[in-house]
Amino acid sequence: MIDGMHSFLLIAVVSLVTMGIRFLPFVVFRKKTPKWILYMGKVLPFAIMGMLVVYTLKNVTPLKGNHGIPELLGVLFVVLLHKWKHNTLLSIVGGTILYMLLIQVVF
Amino acid sequence: MKKSKETIKYAFKASIPIMAGYIVLGMGFGVLMESKGYGWWWSLLMSLTVYAGSMQYVAIDLLAGGATLISAALMTLLVNIRHIFYGITMLEGYKDTGAKKPYLICALTDETFSLVCSPNLPKGVERKAYYLFVSLFNHFYWVAGSVLGGIIGNVFTFNTAGVDFAMTALFVVIFVEQWESTKQHIPALTGVLCSLVMLLIFGPSDFLIPAMITITAALLLERKILEGGASE
Repeated sequence: MIDGMHSFLLIAVVSLVTMGIRFLPFVVFRKKTPKWILYMGKVLPFAIMGMLVVYTLKNVTPLKGNHGIPELLGVLFVVLLHKWKHNTLLSIVGGTILYMLLIQVVF
Repeated sequence: MKKSKETIKYAFKASIPIMAGYIVLGMGFGVLMESKGYGWWWSLLMSLTVYAGSMQYVAIDLLAGGATLISAALMTLLVNIRHIFYGITMLEGYKDTGAKKPYLICALTDETFSLVCSPNLPKGVERKAYYLFVSLFNHFYWVAGSVLGGIIGNVFTFNTAGVDFAMTALFVVIFVEQWESTKQHIPALTGVLCSLVMLLIFGPSDFLIPAMITITAALLLERKILEGGASE
């Protein structure tokens, strides 16, 4: 049984907090943006993408289970495929299919 | 008019990789929602108004588990706080975008950010319109995927284990592209190293905030080296 009202309110809360976070920098630095913030804006994209890669792999357990081998092979495959063809779609689909095969069939 | 057509075309092309990821991940979301008893209109509502991939997956657990509104708010804060970084990066780019600005900010997801953070736009493509169309296309894929997932969720099932690797692959691809776009690899390495060290110390569920703090601190400490090199 779904509590419709509670579900609705919960979604509203999640939405409001998410949008609040997205608006925050634009509201805080509305007038003049300090130089160091502009500097951060230039270097952050590179650092954040590194962080997001780690974030999506955070539940990998190198010492247990399959030792993160499917993830390692998947990432390596994506990097090599992308270096070779530079086709974003191909790299993503190829890597994902390989990973799915690895965890469903091999491991 | 010719210019705007070219911009839409370019924005669509740029958004194709996201289309694949968003439709697959969106469908995954819709299917999961359906499996917890939330029909496609719930997925539609959430994908329209929340529009944040990983948080929506987390929200399924919150909904199904009947979490309190306060814990939902805190959870959202933790999962999405990284979006502050995107806003800081786009302060300049989204400046003077006028009436488009509120929507651009609302639609600034991980994936949209990856397309707008360092666009190398060819001549004839209007930058602000590019931002808008990329945002709209991506939002549409996400909503369409989740509604589709909600509708077909109970019709057929296939083994989707591992499909979320698409997200990892997308970020790896962008990481590689960024890596090749510059000779200065310190920021990228800073991001990976700080995150890995914090993951080892704090574990998977608590490392994100320490990682963001240490990344910020490290980048600020490296400012002299990095800006010295950049300003030539």
